[in-house]
Amino acid sequence: MSISIKETSHSPEQLKTMLYDMMVIRSFEETVEKLFQQGRIHGTMHLCIGQEATAVGACVPLTNEDKITSTHRGHGHSLAKGTKVKGMMAELLGKETGYCKGKGGSMHIADLDVGNLGANGIVAAGLPLATGAALTSKMKNLGYVVVSFFGDGATNEGAFHEAINLASVWDLPVVFFCENNLYGMSGSIKEMTNIANIADRGAAYGIPSETIDGNNVLEVAEATERAVARAREGKGPTLIEAHTYRWRGHSRSDARKYRTRVEEKEWRQMRDPIASFKEQLVAENILMEEEYEALDKKVQAEMDEAVKFAENSKEPSLDTLMNDIFA
Amino acid sequence: MREVTYLEAIREAMSQEMRKDDNVFIMGEDIGIYGGAFGLTNGMIEEFGPERVRNTPISEAAISGCAVGAAMTGMRPILEIQFSDFIMIAMDNIVNQAAKTRYMYGGKAQVPIVIRLPGGSGAGFAAQHSQSLEAWMTHVPGLKVVQPSNAYDAKGLMKAAIKDNNPVLFYEHKLLYNTKGEVPEEDYEIPLGQADIKKEGSDITIVATAIMVNKALEAAVELEKEGISVEVIDPRTLVPLDTATILESVKKTSRVLVVYEAVKRSGYGAEIVSMIAESDVFDYLDAPIRRLGGLATPIPYNPVLEKAAVPQVDDIVQECKKLMNK
Ligand SMILES: Cc1ncc(C[n+]2csc(CCOP(=O)(O)OP(=O)(O)O)c2C)c(N)n1
Ligand SMILES: [Mg+2]
Repeated sequence: MSISIKETSHSPEQLKTMLYDMMVIRSFEETVEKLFQQGRIHGTMHLCIGQEATAVGACVPLTNEDKITSTHRGHGHSLAKGTKVKGMMAELLGKETGYCKGKGGSMHIADLDVGNLGANGIVAAGLPLATGAALTSKMKNLGYVVVSFFGDGATNEGAFHEAINLASVWDLPVVFFCENNLYGMSGSIKEMTNIANIADRGAAYGIPSETIDGNNVLEVAEATERAVARAREGKGPTLIEAHTYRWRGHSRSDARKYRTRVEEKEWRQMRDPIASFKEQLVAENILMEEEYEALDKKVQAEMDEAVKFAENSKEPSLDTLMNDIFA
Repeated sequence: MREVTYLEAIREAMSQEMRKDDNVFIMGEDIGIYGGAFGLTNGMIEEFGPERVRNTPISEAAISGCAVGAAMTGMRPILEIQFSDFIMIAMDNIVNQAAKTRYMYGGKAQVPIVIRLPGGSGAGFAAQHSQSLEAWMTHVPGLKVVQPSNAYDAKGLMKAAIKDNNPVLFYEHKLLYNTKGEVPEEDYEIPLGQADIKKEGSDITIVATAIMVNKALEAAVELEKEGISVEVIDPRTLVPLDTATILESVKKTSRVLVVYEAVKRSGYGAEIVSMIAESDVFDYLDAPIRRLGGLATPIPYNPVLEKAAVPQVDDIVQECKKLMNK
């Protein structure tokens, strides 16, 4: 059930924002990848290039009060939820102006002011936290919804099972959003589970679920809109499985022996979530080529400014080392 | 002699035991064609095939429990937990099951497993991928805990761990993986419970674990220049602990510094200090025992803060000078 621009209820401005938000994520990832290769960022990072449509689409129906939990591959989720490029860049450079004052790095970016409950270094750890955040919403009648992002690999952790079951029996307002990019670090989903679709697992918890094209931002947005609407009506959780693909290796060193170059090429050339959406917008006369060029320049300028900001920011001082351990 | 890395030494120990004993096999996340997060199992699936190099789903609870069950029924699994931090998800199977099985069942069952645990800070991986929680494991009766500091020891200790009929937690330090040392190709074993004197000296005994052994040896070179002679002891296994070698050294030097990377508070070094203080060697001490460990903070991402969170060579030098009143 592929959705085209003709059928959508989203305004041209909204559509252009979706495109722009995806471009920001792609450009952010390309920028930090370069900085990493140049040794200006240390540690490790997990890039979401190729998966921009899941992050952006799933955040379309969310307000500032709604919340997300994210993963080790979380830059896109953060940006889509409204966390800003500058503070993220500074965090990746380990600076005091970063979202976590340089203490968290790529795997731990959080921005509670915009409902971003944080990336996570522990696979599947975000799901039970999302269940808990949804419990608060229900107990205090706050009306917000939580979207929990996780990968295909995470669905084999016990936390996945326990968190969804609990959310289901308590009818909590949470959307479990699986980005199925076909692999964990190297484990192919085909070898790691014996079911055709991760969405099939919804039946085990008595909740609705669906499998969608995660590289079609509109399809992602509309599936999430339905799930969020259910959650807001008090009808409990939904499981969404979005098919997508990470273009890069898992992290800094990955020879990608577990998949073929042909498969990679196919996804990059045929199913680029940004290029395909842009083409549609141009074909429907919603976007002019010149406008696109301008957006591209704007994104570039934003990145340049963020890198400058991060590089000019101070290192956290040594006497912050023991801060923030206790209240 | 041939030099190999710490990482290669561990791989060689496992491969040699797998060639000899069909019951030995390895399990873990991404240990197949990917070769594991650190490349330690590179080439093993090619040699032993997917039946004995079992690439698992991301399911620490299942694979740890599965290792215990397989061990109770005759297999000798080696489990790789990709980062030692993820042992949290496997904890019930290790603490409530593996550790107690033999005792609870009146000695009628056994759990010969090795759990490999890459640990430690220094790689910029931040709070959830950099911990040193080995002391937790030493608190549980029924678990053996090993912490090699160089390639030679890593190979010999791994062999002993595989042959041991008890659950053995094998802590590997990430920053040691690429350090090289002389390692014979042939079979040899280092018994669990045998400390090693890495350097002899007469003024101070430094008892150090894992990467701190290497830092203590560097500090010893600095201190030598100032006329302070340091003896460096590596317990190599925390459980069982070779108390005799440590006490013998303390008797000789009369001064002790215990150094470990884990958070100082309730770290294993506290156990070593208590052991010395309770012994009759206490009377030989010329100065209060000193202890150097990590600060009580999660490991931060920023590299300068990260370094400051755990003992460095210069900290060891300073502590030794304090011990000598210099
Ligand atoms: C509990 C736990 N086990 C293992 C890991 C190591 N690890 C990090 S990401 C990853 C793969 C995750 O795969 P998936 O959930 O599909 O997410 P993707 O990387 O594909 O986005 C693994 C094994 C971890 N961080 N936490
Ligand atoms: Mg995946």
